[in-house]
Amino acid sequence: MIEVIPWHSLLGGALLGLSATLLLLVNGKIAGISGILSGLLKAEKSDFSWRLMFVIGMVAGGVWGATAFSADVPIQFETPLWLVAVAGLLVGVGTKMGNGCTSGHGICGIGRLSPRSIIATCVFMTVAAAVVFVRLHLI
Amino acid sequence: MAVSGMANPANVIGFLDITGEWNPSLMFVMGGALAVFMPMYFLVIKPQNQPLISNEFCVSSKKHIDTKLIGGSAIFGLGWGLAGICPGPVVASLALGNHAIWVFFLSMCAGFIIMTAKERHEQQKLSVA
Repeated sequence: MIEVIPWHSLLGGALLGLSATLLLLVNGKIAGISGILSGLLKAEKSDFSWRLMFVIGMVAGGVWGATAFSADVPIQFETPLWLVAVAGLLVGVGTKMGNGCTSGHGICGIGRLSPRSIIATCVFMTVAAAVVFVRLHLI
Repeated sequence: MAVSGMANPANVIGFLDITGEWNPSLMFVMGGALAVFMPMYFLVIKPQNQPLISNEFCVSSKKHIDTKLIGGSAIFGLGWGLAGICPGPVVASLALGNHAIWVFFLSMCAGFIIMTAKERHEQQKLSVA
């Protein structure tokens, strides 16, 4: 059972929630990273600058979080690069098709009690857990 | 993303590894996020007619659950389970000197571009028919 509450995870999560709140309240946009990125790649002029600003903010925030808070961010992964590439492709395809990821569906969608997002989150959590089970315990 | 520990795939895989040594961090991240977002959404955002500096809320109006949602989410889950990385932590980690992050980022963008092109192609077919 849980003996120690990971306070940094709660804090990080609260910051994500704050970010999503601000983006929706101020700009009227959903803080779904896959959506923001894929929209950025479409490069439609009227829709470009807020996406770019958000991404720049995230990159800068990542540096700030990693350095100022000495956060748990590894320099290298154990997963071989070819598998990382395959995983990336699947994530890109899947999130575009499913219209969201852990931030869009998991935080913003569930936060709005959207049935689509609740189901989407259940599906990707279950599939991801199954994949981990196969990879770590069966193969 | 960095502070929560979600930029480290080991924490994500640890959460998804429900039959192994379970790492509950991700649950606390989601919990922390929803604890802030949900009340703010229902108490402050939803009652507004429009956002503070824009004209309208850009929120999906899709209502029904279709195969694209389920299929897409399953494919995303597959990719996420393989590497323990999803879009948010990837973007947050871009300037942190990990080459694997860039490999993931570029192949993810390739995935976006492929699907966008597919969508445009399908829309063109519909408009011609």
